[in-house]
Amino acid sequence: MGTNDFPPGRFIPRRKFVVTGAVIPGLWWIGAPLGGIATARAADGELKNLTSEQAAVVNAMARTIAPHDGLPDLAYTYVVQAIDEAAADAQTRSTVNSGLIRLGKAFASGSEEQRVRTLHALEHSEFFQWVRTKTLQTLYASALACAHFGYEGEAFSKGGYLSRGFNDLTWLPDVPLDDSGPVIGEAP
Amino acid sequence: MGRINNDDSNAVVIIGSGAGGGTLAHELTRRGVKVVLLEAGARQSLATFSQNPGEAFAQLTWLDRRTSTGSWTVPQDFPGLPSWTCKTVGGTTVHWTGATPRIRDWEVRARTTYGDVQGTSLIDWPIDYAELEHYYELAEKRMVVTRRHGNPGLPASNHFKVMYNGAKRIGYKHVHTGYMAINSRPADERGFCIQQGFCIQGCKTGAKWSTLYTEIPRAEATGNLDLRIRSRAVRIEHGNDGRVTGVVYRDSQGREQRQKARIVCVACNSVETARLLLLSDSGRFPHGLANSSDQVGRHFCHHVAGFIWGAFDKPIHFYRGTTLAGIIEDETKHDPARGFAGGYHLELAALDLPSLPISGFPSTLWGRDLAFFIDHYTRLAGMLINGEDLPRATNRVTLNHEVKDEFGLPVANVHCDEHPNDTAMRAHAQRQGRALYESVGALRTTTSRQTPATHNMCTARMSKDPRDGVTNAYGRAHDVPNLFISDGSVLTTPGSANPTLTIVALALRQAEHIAREMGARHL
Repeated sequence: MGTNDFPPGRFIPRRKFVVTGAVIPGLWWIGAPLGGIATARAADGELKNLTSEQAAVVNAMARTIAPHDGLPDLAYTYVVQAIDEAAADAQTRSTVNSGLIRLGKAFASGSEEQRVRTLHALEHSEFFQWVRTKTLQTLYASALACAHFGYEGEAFSKGGYLSRGFNDLTWLPDVPLDDSGPVIGEAP
Repeated sequence: MGRINNDDSNAVVIIGSGAGGGTLAHELTRRGVKVVLLEAGARQSLATFSQNPGEAFAQLTWLDRRTSTGSWTVPQDFPGLPSWTCKTVGGTTVHWTGATPRIRDWEVRARTTYGDVQGTSLIDWPIDYAELEHYYELAEKRMVVTRRHGNPGLPASNHFKVMYNGAKRIGYKHVHTGYMAINSRPADERGFCIQQGFCIQGCKTGAKWSTLYTEIPRAEATGNLDLRIRSRAVRIEHGNDGRVTGVVYRDSQGREQRQKARIVCVACNSVETARLLLLSDSGRFPHGLANSSDQVGRHFCHHVAGFIWGAFDKPIHFYRGTTLAGIIEDETKHDPARGFAGGYHLELAALDLPSLPISGFPSTLWGRDLAFFIDHYTRLAGMLINGEDLPRATNRVTLNHEVKDEFGLPVANVHCDEHPNDTAMRAHAQRQGRALYESVGALRTTTSRQTPATHNMCTARMSKDPRDGVTNAYGRAHDVPNLFISDGSVLTTPGSANPTLTIVALALRQAEHIAREMGARHL
């Protein structure tokens, strides 16, 4: 019986959630840098499993997969760090190594157009899909990214968004009461 | 809460504490029936729900291994996660979004309405719709559904304003903030919705109905419930007469336990319900318990589901507010002129930033196209398609003997090949959704492919003819008189409604039936 291309259990950080499955929605925060805690470590450039040349290619891949011109470099450094850490697993390292060999060192210095063309050819490979997932998992989970893209996050501790803008949109007409409902605490 | 002896063969054993199992447990215990409720997961509370989306996912989700095959796109986009359900007290009622539309009268006559659609295994429900309506009313009152029985609707969020205006501009008439089991005002000793946008992480105000903090504590208060958490059923046993006699399970320490039973009710959500029946094979039932018809696990339905996104040049902040409070009902009809049988709902849907690119976009989206939508995060609007997929005998849950779980048992494999009817419906819904957003000025729109099944249905379906399904109209196994199925597995066909309301309605009906049969000493 055929199973998935990603054998479950291979790519999950094993520190906390050893029983979990594959790269699946939600798991991308686990082990991802939250807040500014990881800043110092990420910025110091220390690599455990990748060479600095490999890290440069990974960085270029992340910037091709999710190119945000205004997003600080540090956000992409987090991605490199996450992939470097995941490469502690032998099987993952092997997937990453062989994928990076296919890309070649010159990938990092190519134009965006060239990089896109190269990655398109690899789009269906396990390597590319793994890097894509890991990139998206890490890139958008940091407090840095949330602030950059304007996601305000958890709201329970602040009383929700009930009185903090859940219905402050003014560029379209309001919805008639029959099709919506009263706002608690407001006169109908 | 009373402890029931493992050898007490008078106990009713319910496996699973979600919408079906949790409701059934309350209904039986309040009638004086002793119930052992086995729940594989741990118990959370309003206080322990995490507000970090990633942690919440790990805290609530069923992450035991499953595999998936077939031509559907889920194995590519969500490897290892064919189905997104919960493993916690309260089951998927902890992470559900609260949407409670009803299945329509013509949908329960699916075979009659749609005719003989090639490559499907359509049948009609064995229940009269008028009777189902009665239980819908009871379920809606219990769950305090908005816009029903005098309950006010939820207020319109920014996000809903965009959907509403777009819907009206392209001609839709039936658009509102939904039938939601989320308190629009304090009710049922629970809080009201404060528009925090964290519905699927566990609602910290308890505004959203969940068996975790409604049915289960009320069942405990009767003194008749023995809830055993972190207890995973692995086998249902039967005697020489073919009646079930008890349930073998692994307790929180991994030890094997055996609870005797007068009646067993299975409510593990469709994938695991089918798996447990298949795991419970025997000399008498060589293909799995209650499976003489070879229907267990077949006809797996998951709804035609997927996101439609619109990016605008003005602020929306779609993450502020009730996640799914918005619905368009106009496409819930059978109109073959659209090129497919059955209908669909369009429902409001927002995702937190970290979830959006993985859950909301297909694995084929990357580069500048992906970046465009993320760059517009505060100016995005989203909808989820919730359409009726047609049952196929070959879309099924089976045991994958090559992959084993922590107890050495084969995991479930979910196989799906999308029927052309589903593909046509999805394309129609995506066109409509894009047009809706364009009518209110969207800069660009995009869509996802099929999302992991949060609505798992029909794997032990109710049928009039025992050859067509697994249970009768009360969810009682055709083969085994004291075995019941009490979750979405029994839906004969999926309809276009989110299934929880129907599961609760059928559980209320089943509880009456069981109590009546026990009283008459038929059970």
